[in-house]
Amino acid sequence: MDIQMLADEVPVEGEHSLEGVDFITSGEQYLTFLLSDEQYAVDILCVEEIRSWENPTRIPNSPSYIKGVINMRGIIVPIVDLRMKFNIGEAIYCDTTVVIVLTVETEEKTRTIGFVVDAVSDVLNVEENEIKPAPVFGGCVPQAYLDGLVNVGEKVVTILNVKTLQAVEKHQIN
Amino acid sequence: MSVDLSQFIPSFLEESFEGLELMESSLLDLEQGDDETINSIFRAAHSIKGGAGTFGFNSVTEFTHLVETLLDEMRDGRRKIAQDDVELLLDSVDCMRLLIESIRDEIECDTSKIIETSALLEKTLAADGVEVSEAITINSSDTVESKTDDTSTWQISFIPEHHLVQTGNDPLLLFNALADLGEVTLVACAKKLPALNELDAEEIHLSWNITLQSSANEDEIKEVFEWVEDECELIITKEALSNGDLSIAELLTEPPSLEESDPILSTATSKIDNPAKPTEKSTEKSSSKAKNDLGSIRVGVDKVDSLINLVGELVITQSMLSELGNDFDLSKVERLNSGLEQLLQNTKELQESVMRIRMLPISFAFNRFPRLVHDLSKKTGKDIELILKGEQTELDKTVMEQIGDPLVHLVRNAVDHGIESAEVRLANGKPKKGTIMLDAYHQGGSIIIEIKDDGGGIDREAVFNKALEKGLVDENTVLTDAQTFDLLFEPGFSTAKEVSDISGRGVGMDVVKKNIQSLGGRIQVISEPGKGSTFRVNLPLTLAILDGQLVQVGTETYIIPLITIVESLQPQKELINRVSGDMVLYRLREDNVPVIPIYQLFNIPSEFDNIEKSLLVVVEADGQKIGLMVDDLLAQQQVVIKSLNDNYQQVDGISGATILGDGSVAMILDVPGIITMALAQAQLNQKNRSTIKPKITQSISEGVNS
Amino acid sequence: MTKILVVDDSNSIRDMVSFTLKSAGYETVEAKDGQDGLNKAKATSIDLVISDVNMPIMDGITLCQELRKLPSFKFTPILMLTTESSGDMKMRGKAAGATGWLVKPFNPEKLLATIKRVVR
Repeated sequence: MDIQMLADEVPVEGEHSLEGVDFITSGEQYLTFLLSDEQYAVDILCVEEIRSWENPTRIPNSPSYIKGVINMRGIIVPIVDLRMKFNIGEAIYCDTTVVIVLTVETEEKTRTIGFVVDAVSDVLNVEENEIKPAPVFGGCVPQAYLDGLVNVGEKVVTILNVKTLQAVEKHQIN
Repeated sequence: MSVDLSQFIPSFLEESFEGLELMESSLLDLEQGDDETINSIFRAAHSIKGGAGTFGFNSVTEFTHLVETLLDEMRDGRRKIAQDDVELLLDSVDCMRLLIESIRDEIECDTSKIIETSALLEKTLAADGVEVSEAITINSSDTVESKTDDTSTWQISFIPEHHLVQTGNDPLLLFNALADLGEVTLVACAKKLPALNELDAEEIHLSWNITLQSSANEDEIKEVFEWVEDECELIITKEALSNGDLSIAELLTEPPSLEESDPILSTATSKIDNPAKPTEKSTEKSSSKAKNDLGSIRVGVDKVDSLINLVGELVITQSMLSELGNDFDLSKVERLNSGLEQLLQNTKELQESVMRIRMLPISFAFNRFPRLVHDLSKKTGKDIELILKGEQTELDKTVMEQIGDPLVHLVRNAVDHGIESAEVRLANGKPKKGTIMLDAYHQGGSIIIEIKDDGGGIDREAVFNKALEKGLVDENTVLTDAQTFDLLFEPGFSTAKEVSDISGRGVGMDVVKKNIQSLGGRIQVISEPGKGSTFRVNLPLTLAILDGQLVQVGTETYIIPLITIVESLQPQKELINRVSGDMVLYRLREDNVPVIPIYQLFNIPSEFDNIEKSLLVVVEADGQKIGLMVDDLLAQQQVVIKSLNDNYQQVDGISGATILGDGSVAMILDVPGIITMALAQAQLNQKNRSTIKPKITQSISEGVNS
Repeated sequence: MTKILVVDDSNSIRDMVSFTLKSAGYETVEAKDGQDGLNKAKATSIDLVISDVNMPIMDGITLCQELRKLPSFKFTPILMLTTESSGDMKMRGKAAGATGWLVKPFNPEKLLATIKRVVR
């Protein structure tokens, strides 16, 4: 009991930050992008670069949403079309179509993968307590890919889990 | 000042392993009275001991000390070189390797073998009446105990011989060292100084009386003069504390002679104790230290120099080209072309040079075999000579590391199954001693390693019967020799009549083949009854670069490794046979080669879906030929292999990717993989029609023709 | 700057000695055996030689004898690195003209302290 009471008194990081002063340092930054007209976001620290769409080299017998591989400064990077993967909108390739290249380190390995999206929109600062759990029901995006939802004005931005996105093995199962 | 010794440990480990290898191979060659060999073995052990002591690996130091003592006795002739001792030394080398590996891997090592072997070493040494001296331990603290805090006054008389300076000793520096121990008062005596015209500037004629106020003990003072004790008269006396003040007055008189006082004497005959100072164990393993095996390559200076030269040339070409670019007009096109030509040449040479850095002589893989064959022939009672050839043939380091185990298996196999027993050999009119030869040589872009024995050869009938038993073939199957021998590499296959602990139950031959294939190589067996067998391993020189044929299928470009290509041809209509619906066979001389349309296999659009309009690239792997149907043949070029696995995953039928000249990515075809894919399909198609396993070429074609 | 020739066939020991000396502000020249050491000694001016005894091609004792034959090495201090705690190797070293010795195993501190006794 005593220990629990003591623990309750330990200030939680960020709780004592002054309003409007340090939201950048205490919160996380996310890159938001569009799939059709829906807003999604990924941790900006994982974003390697944003490229314009180029025709990749096909990988034999791969699922249709894996568009192939490209050469990024000598590294072979697979390209996943997130719209096809999540079945959102239409997979058309035009001038505004971009590829967000993410690099994620996990315990097993570091992977760099490019994701095709309709457009990149903004950088978003989000406090941890602003992230709400995603509803369990509905939606095209499987639960494992979701980290939560954030309200931005009238709209809702879905934060995607980069680790799940990087696990190609999981991509294959779908 | 402190120096982090841990940074030198990887290099200590590396040279220790080299030393152990040298010890091992030399021990195997050791003959009576071969002084140079025994010397080099001793030297290697000695170096390991010295390094281990310096870096604080006491277990290695102590063990190696025993080995060194035994070797020392052999070296100076006190001990005859007996076979038992050599075996003991070989076991000792194994122990040292265990100890050093445990340092490298930062694990505790199994001490039972080490304790056992050191007991044997001690017993051997003791049996011949030579006392085993204690190994030097670096953390001895013998001088510390005798140290007192009390300051004493020491009177030191130092009369150097004339030639003292000629060994590089300098009295002044000796006094400086003395001053480190305490307060020094010096009085020089110049009485013996000759007249100036007789003076030899290379000699010393002064003597000194020194008063030292210090808490140091006598040994520490003696140690300062340790190097010159033979070249001087040295008298060290300790005064009672109360007499301290008197000393200066005494000093002004004659230096005391030997007889007058009762000094503690140090003369040429006196023995100096172990001067080893207590040493910090600064290299004691710390938990945070990274793994010691950094996978380093030691590169010859010549290779580095050639790289530097090439980079120099590249820089010149670059500056020439950028100057050209500054104000370019069409009149300079020719110079641009020649500049680009030069750049191409530079890049090519640079690439070759860089690749050469990764190349090591195959002796690194071969050098374990003398010991292996030595041990195995002892175990089997067979008398076997091992011949190594082409040890200087160079091979990529990674390939080398991965080919070691398969080679060991093949050599074990040659000893166990290849070479017959002495009785059988003699009965067949062969020399009693069997021969195994390991040979390595370059052939085109590959390295060939042959394991050749002069044994009984492979018994085809036995192999066939075994395969029958295992259900791999049926009674009616007709196999060529090559196909029969291929059965040896089937999982769980063994022809040994009895199970032996050397090569086991054939466990491993399938693994041998798999390992060789994963390196992009292949293995071939040639055997003649009564004369012996040859296992020929064909490996790419390097895993990083591949000679490829670029081919076009639809909009895609693929690369077929040149090493797999038998021939490329324009199919002739009359040689095309369609069987069982979608199966196409092409008659290539005697063979019926199954045709695999790449577009079908990979599920992509193609320009031509008709074999008559396409081109056929006949490739071979595992003794199986197939024809890959492509739209067009493009250039042949060297490509750098990149893994798809890094950011994606393994893809069936693809061994990797590469980046072409225009920056685009192209897939490299995995020919053995494609054959497996195609065979799986063929198996599915003809499952109900044929009972013959589709693993063997002949049987497929027969099956579909009938 | 004091230039020291370090002769040892063991890379790790040679690296350690050389690194320690460089950290203490000395300049070093490295050689991997006696012959190599002799060649380098002839090629450049050296203020101190530190040499291992047991080496292939040419051992430290021979190196010492050869160096003493060179006029420029008449007074140059030569230290032998020896693992022998017995007096025998020291005597052989002295007989060959060595200034002194340093018994292996030694640590960097001991090395530097010893060097102070032969170079100013």
